[in-house]
Amino acid sequence: MAEIRNQAEISEQAEALKKAYAEWKTAADATTNKNKKYVTVSSEQVDPLYTPADTKSIDFLRDIGFPGEYPYTRGVHPSMYRGKPWTMRQFSGMGTPEQTNERYHFLLSQGQHGLSVAFDLPTLMGYDSDHERSLGEVGKCGVAVDTLLDMEKIFKGIDLGKISTSMTINAPASVLLAMYIVVAEKQGVPAEKLRGTLQNDILKEYIAQKEWIYPPEPSVKLIVDTIEFGTKKMPLWNTISISGYHIREAGATAVQELAFTLADGFTYIEKSIERGLDVDEFAPRLSFFFNAHMDFFEEIAKYRAARRIYAKRMRYKYDAKSERSWMLRFHTQTAGCSLNAQQPELNLIRTAYEAMSAVLGGTQSLHTNSMDETLALPSDKAALLALRTQQVLAEETGVINTIDPLAGSYYVEAMTNRMEAECEAYFAEIDRRGGVMRCIEEGFLQREIAKAAYTYQREIDSKERIIVGVNGYVLENEQIDIPILKIDESVAELQRQSIKKAKSIRDQDKVTRTLNDLRQACRDNKNTMPFIIDCVRQYTTMGEICDAMKDVYGEYIEPPNL
Amino acid sequence: MSDKIRILLAKAGLDGHDRGIKVIAAAFRDAGFEVIYTGLRQTPEMIVDAALQEDVDAVGVSILSGAHMTLFPAIRKLMEERNCADMILFGGGIMSEDEITELGRKGVSKLYGPGTSTIEIVEYIKGAVAKKRAGEKLV
Repeated sequence: MAEIRNQAEISEQAEALKKAYAEWKTAADATTNKNKKYVTVSSEQVDPLYTPADTKSIDFLRDIGFPGEYPYTRGVHPSMYRGKPWTMRQFSGMGTPEQTNERYHFLLSQGQHGLSVAFDLPTLMGYDSDHERSLGEVGKCGVAVDTLLDMEKIFKGIDLGKISTSMTINAPASVLLAMYIVVAEKQGVPAEKLRGTLQNDILKEYIAQKEWIYPPEPSVKLIVDTIEFGTKKMPLWNTISISGYHIREAGATAVQELAFTLADGFTYIEKSIERGLDVDEFAPRLSFFFNAHMDFFEEIAKYRAARRIYAKRMRYKYDAKSERSWMLRFHTQTAGCSLNAQQPELNLIRTAYEAMSAVLGGTQSLHTNSMDETLALPSDKAALLALRTQQVLAEETGVINTIDPLAGSYYVEAMTNRMEAECEAYFAEIDRRGGVMRCIEEGFLQREIAKAAYTYQREIDSKERIIVGVNGYVLENEQIDIPILKIDESVAELQRQSIKKAKSIRDQDKVTRTLNDLRQACRDNKNTMPFIIDCVRQYTTMGEICDAMKDVYGEYIEPPNL
Repeated sequence: MSDKIRILLAKAGLDGHDRGIKVIAAAFRDAGFEVIYTGLRQTPEMIVDAALQEDVDAVGVSILSGAHMTLFPAIRKLMEERNCADMILFGGGIMSEDEITELGRKGVSKLYGPGTSTIEIVEYIKGAVAKKRAGEKLV
């Protein structure tokens, strides 16, 4: 009987809610501005009001639960920022290794927790600074690294046994990881003590950022090499940072960022299992990297949905037994693509809101962009303000006091559910098309992103979407009044000298032998990591090592599709 | 020969960030232009070769990696050497005002940073091509 009465009460309540909602809707419609579209940054419709009707399918323990517990919707640690604040990790690197080392010492002296290395394009593409394709690019969007000599300079005076370092690399990730290991070894720090993260997610390069060397198959093989090596030799190292950041920057919506990134992650997991690794051996060291764009609630919902989707798949699809395998840990960077060259000081404000969404979404580490990044690499002043943005957030706003404070919000929970459902729909579509690698080959993911990017731009061009300082609130005859960092054109020459020096001190026979061994390891389908470490130890250059692997794997050229 | 405006779009140097160039390509097509896209990692030689071969009115180059101060002048110089200096050279990327001024002096007609409306770029190209074509008729 009690059961029946409860059912009756529930339906009575639902009826009352429906009636009250209808009354409110009439009143609200009368005063709503109907000429404006109410959509997220991802052009998703948003309702004017969310109520318990939007969250009635939620079972608290099953879908939301407690932080540090499955499905981790509320965060991966039981105490979240009360236990440990997020790691403030500013991505930085420019010019010569010496100049970058100086910036690192400055940032660390100002309270930054961990390092994050930006390399220049020749380094990322496997060209030495003296290669003709490096013309004009040396030291420009990051630091130039040609040999171990350069890595030694970058980390001079920094104890690699104490600091954690993230390195954004991709195609030649295994080479730079090898250099890092050898630099540490020379400092007396063994590989098993190293902490940090390797960004070597190549799939998102084919999808979004477009920096690759080899074709997809061997590229993924090299990644599995680093995952296997890290799993066995570097227990504290995050072997990969599976990245949605660049997918979003290329114009993807929040759901596309989430779906494509997780799909990439599952591809690496499947490849690692194929290699013979046990999922619970390697999964705890996988990490993710997301974007924080301008739509505050949409971003928070994205991070919460990411953790829940991942936990479910790891537990039930990949049959992981260890709770650590179920946890999606991630780094966040605020959206570079949300920043503008007009009134660049406004970028400070944008970045601050974005950073707050990342923290409310439970990020493990954070990079806040500098206000001048639409004009040049960050100046000292802009880099310091970017770091201070995080410090104000952590110390002054109270966001760290309570965990996942937006849980239970009808809007955020409904949006979290919607994200999950749309993400699952993309997974089904990707599976139907034969998986991520096949989707990349046929350009499906790239086209989806390009479409979203154009939709967004058209909204701005038509002023459906207002961007302050760009298509609204424009300053006539604006004079930009912030300091701009200039990279000295002499960097390329200094790097040429550095390569010469490395070549003069090394044993050429050993260089030739280790390179031949590496080629043979590639042909024999062995794990390349130990062979690459042998190469870098001999001051073999980045270009020489990557060329040796090109001899076996070939190079990838993307057809110029629009 | 068709009156359609013909544009070559190219990604120069090692940079792979192609969101901007794809968006502008779509906007140009919607505006009725003929767009030829070279794809990624083009050297100045490859770009000027393609521009000549396709006989375009304008060449748009996107560089977000910081190599603009080297690559734009190199492309311009080649255009002069190969007698196609009448082609409009324009571009986009991450550059400071000082750099844009300097590249303007070196023969780059127009450079755009983040936040530029595609309508503004389309209008600029229409105007510049009209001027260029009018100039040709005068000769």
